[in-house]
Amino acid sequence: MKKSHILILVVIAAAVGILISTADDASSYVSFSEAYKLASNGAKKDIHVVGVLKKDAQGNVIGIQTGADRVSFSFIMIDDNGKEQTVTYNEPMPADFTKSEKVVVIGSYEGEQFHATKILLKCPSKYQEEKVNV
Amino acid sequence: MYVSAKSYIDMHYFIGDLGHFFVITAFIASLVTAFSYFKATITEALDTKQQWVLNGRVAFYAHAFSVLGICVTLFIIIANHYFEYHYAYSYSDKKLPGHYLLSTFWNGQEGSFLLWMFWHALLGIVLIHTNRFWEGPVMTVFAMVQAFLGSMILGIVLPYTEFRIGSSPFILLRDVMQQAPIFKSNPEFIPNDGTGLNPLLQNYWMVIHPPTLFLGFAATLVPFSFCIAGLWLRRYRDWVRPALPWALFGGAILGLGILMGGYWAYETLNFGGYWNWDPVENAVYVPWLILVAAIHTMITYKNSETALKASIILVISVFVLILYSTFLTRSGILGESSVHSFTDLGLSGQLLLYLLFFLLIAVALSIFRWKEIPTSEKEVSTYSREFWIFVGTLVLCLMGFQVLMPTSIPVWNSIVKSFGIASNMAPPADQVGYYTKFQLWFAVGVALLSAIGQFFWWKKVDAKVLVKELMTPLIITAVIFLIVLQFMIFTEGSDSIKKLPHLTILLAGLFTIVANAKILMSLLKSSPTLSGGAVAHIGVGMMLVGIMFSSGYSKVVSLNNTGMLISREVSDEFNRENLLLFVNEPRTMANYKIEYRGERLEPRNKAGYVSMDDVEQTDDPYRVVAKEDILYDNEVLYKAKDTFEIFPENKYFEIVLTNAKGKTHTLYPRIQDNPTMGNAASPDIKRDVTKDLYAHVVSRTPSEEIEWSKTEELKINAKQEFFANDYVCVLENVERIFKVGSVSLDSADVAVQATISVKGEYKDYVAEPIFIIRNRMVGRIPHEIKDLGVRLTLMNIHPETGQFTIGINTRQKDWIVLKAFEKPFINVLWIGTLVLMTGFTIAMVRRIREFQKMKEKGLE
Repeated sequence: MKKSHILILVVIAAAVGILISTADDASSYVSFSEAYKLASNGAKKDIHVVGVLKKDAQGNVIGIQTGADRVSFSFIMIDDNGKEQTVTYNEPMPADFTKSEKVVVIGSYEGEQFHATKILLKCPSKYQEEKVNV
Repeated sequence: MYVSAKSYIDMHYFIGDLGHFFVITAFIASLVTAFSYFKATITEALDTKQQWVLNGRVAFYAHAFSVLGICVTLFIIIANHYFEYHYAYSYSDKKLPGHYLLSTFWNGQEGSFLLWMFWHALLGIVLIHTNRFWEGPVMTVFAMVQAFLGSMILGIVLPYTEFRIGSSPFILLRDVMQQAPIFKSNPEFIPNDGTGLNPLLQNYWMVIHPPTLFLGFAATLVPFSFCIAGLWLRRYRDWVRPALPWALFGGAILGLGILMGGYWAYETLNFGGYWNWDPVENAVYVPWLILVAAIHTMITYKNSETALKASIILVISVFVLILYSTFLTRSGILGESSVHSFTDLGLSGQLLLYLLFFLLIAVALSIFRWKEIPTSEKEVSTYSREFWIFVGTLVLCLMGFQVLMPTSIPVWNSIVKSFGIASNMAPPADQVGYYTKFQLWFAVGVALLSAIGQFFWWKKVDAKVLVKELMTPLIITAVIFLIVLQFMIFTEGSDSIKKLPHLTILLAGLFTIVANAKILMSLLKSSPTLSGGAVAHIGVGMMLVGIMFSSGYSKVVSLNNTGMLISREVSDEFNRENLLLFVNEPRTMANYKIEYRGERLEPRNKAGYVSMDDVEQTDDPYRVVAKEDILYDNEVLYKAKDTFEIFPENKYFEIVLTNAKGKTHTLYPRIQDNPTMGNAASPDIKRDVTKDLYAHVVSRTPSEEIEWSKTEELKINAKQEFFANDYVCVLENVERIFKVGSVSLDSADVAVQATISVKGEYKDYVAEPIFIIRNRMVGRIPHEIKDLGVRLTLMNIHPETGQFTIGINTRQKDWIVLKAFEKPFINVLWIGTLVLMTGFTIAMVRRIREFQKMKEKGLE
């Protein structure tokens, strides 16, 4: 066997290893109920939950509370299955939070509360904005 | 709704129409250029060929001029605050300083496409004038890329359909917000001000980082174009020489651009690091790694006629990866996996087409020509430089592949979704931990190979010679390594050296530095122009050592050593790792005495900081009046009564650090209060040679719900001393005044103002409470001294005894919660970066000379 063939085999093996580890270390998108089940079964891995913020009839976001340290905050999120859940976050509210049309929280359940370690926002597309500052 | 007077000003239609005209001209001219150069390339007859080349050249100049025209018109719109245009309205406002108007230019996606096109146009002109032989095919590729980019900003809706091609930067606000009620009632409405630039982007790095990064992007097109040209013309061997200096240029600029982004994050964001493995960062990191790999195979080919096929594959991959990263970051596909919120312009289809077009052309051309590409059939020896360079290249490729795969999970999800399969795979939740554990070992491999590879590079060696050559660097590395370990045990304790991955990377980094330094020394004597490689590798070694220390040994120093909790309602970690500082109450932190002195404002036109107590607010939040002479750094910044401009959004927190020898350093971490975009905290950094002290404000006195003590009333004489919140106060005098603020009083009204001096810890303050009788009603205007938490009111006047009643309220002093880190040897990383760039530059200069020499011989 030529050296170059050995090299190619090693590279392919490494690439396959990377693919397997990627699939293995990947997190997943789940609903709140599934996340709760995972946490009560003792799974420690952080997961992603996609949803929207709870709004009143006028479209204002409701349920946002600032924590006692003025750094953390909590909010109410509704996942794709319609389940409402209070989510706590150890950092201040991200910019444009209330404007977001979709929220992704990464974290896990701690007791009855979902604790997010990271929040990702999907903001409305440029051609969907409606408010003008006068 | 209140409609401002501004809405009666005419809309500026002309400038937008002109811009749009330039956009269309640029697009059409790029198509004409591509067609002309294509004809020039495939035409055999010399005179017709020359005619087509001339056509192409004229068309490309017209294109470049139009691109410049688009840039100028867009900038005129931004600089003149024409808020009837969406671009100016969304990314700027009237108070934005001039240099940030430049950031506005590339804040929107349209502007960054424009920036990219601008660099391509400039590089295209350089190529036309330096490389006549390759002009036809190279410029065909260039012009096609420009046509795709131009289509992204066309903003044309196809007739009879809803389908829109591109998103124009010249679109009017009312056309974007068609549903907004104000435009239904008044289409000519112009907003008074824009929504402003995201506060985090109001940073000087955001003025130079995007242009640098996009120049790097643009530079990768040059080697790609030469490679395609080489395949097209069947001149498989010849394209490498002109492409190599450009690949080196791209490697340097792209690397610099990436690190500027990291430095911006370090200085502006408060996560305490410079690299977060966010998809947006990964999307530029991977092409850079592959570009570095491509540079190595191209150099190998130039020296030994091997690795030509690998060079072709890698050079194509770099450009395709740049397009892929553009697709990832701009199509909205990362919407659920990146902290950067992207505005989706609905361009994903166009972006995908752009990516696939060049991918398919390059792959198809390579496949058709594959058999013709010359290869060396010789079996490579394990003791040859080619072998080890090639192994290094493979490690770089795998390193990129490892980052590319998890970053592409959202793409994978949408692909399987289009086949009707649901995939709930998400990128790793802990990005930093996940990527670090893999990239670290790849980095060790890269470091070791760039140390050993260099010895093969310069000499024909066998096992014996190799051992002899490597002995000295190995011994020196071992000695330095042991000294560093001793130093770490001495300063950080013996636990600090029990981290195997950290020590491995330190050892590998040191070995690279020492081994390449040896090569560099011998080269400096014989042929210094060839030293680029050794210098670049020393830079890589320094970067690894710097990253290892600054990230691996970063530690929180703002430890709560008071024995008291900050709050019962927060986590233990928060109580342990943050320091609560009240104004003028010293604490200790990391061998410093640390003291918070109060909130400060930033003047717009002078460098320095101003205390809130030294200025009086005006009706305009952007203007304040100095109450007294304002000193900064022992110099008078403003005289009393001076009116000056400030940035009301920026609040700075003056923190004085005093070391054991009594030397002081002042930190000014910042919080930006932006009503529309939220608060943003930025750190301030004390830079020492061996470490950075990195501090940011986590929390501060809330502006609402301040609790004042019950009013304490004192009856005193003029010139009498009294105490307020333990501060000595003196009632200096009481005078009648005839104007309160900007309001003049009637002759029947009476107003008196007391002047009370208050002796603070570090300076004297003057409080001027006012007592008014107007329309037989008594009014009192108290005066608050913010720094001291004291409010004084002139409660009453007793003309019969010549006495005055002063009301005193006190409150808890202002406070902040501070978090601070120590980042050891981070300077080694920054210096290493500069060394790496220097290495690239030396190598580039050498390859440009080589190219010119051959050109003079008639071989381009």
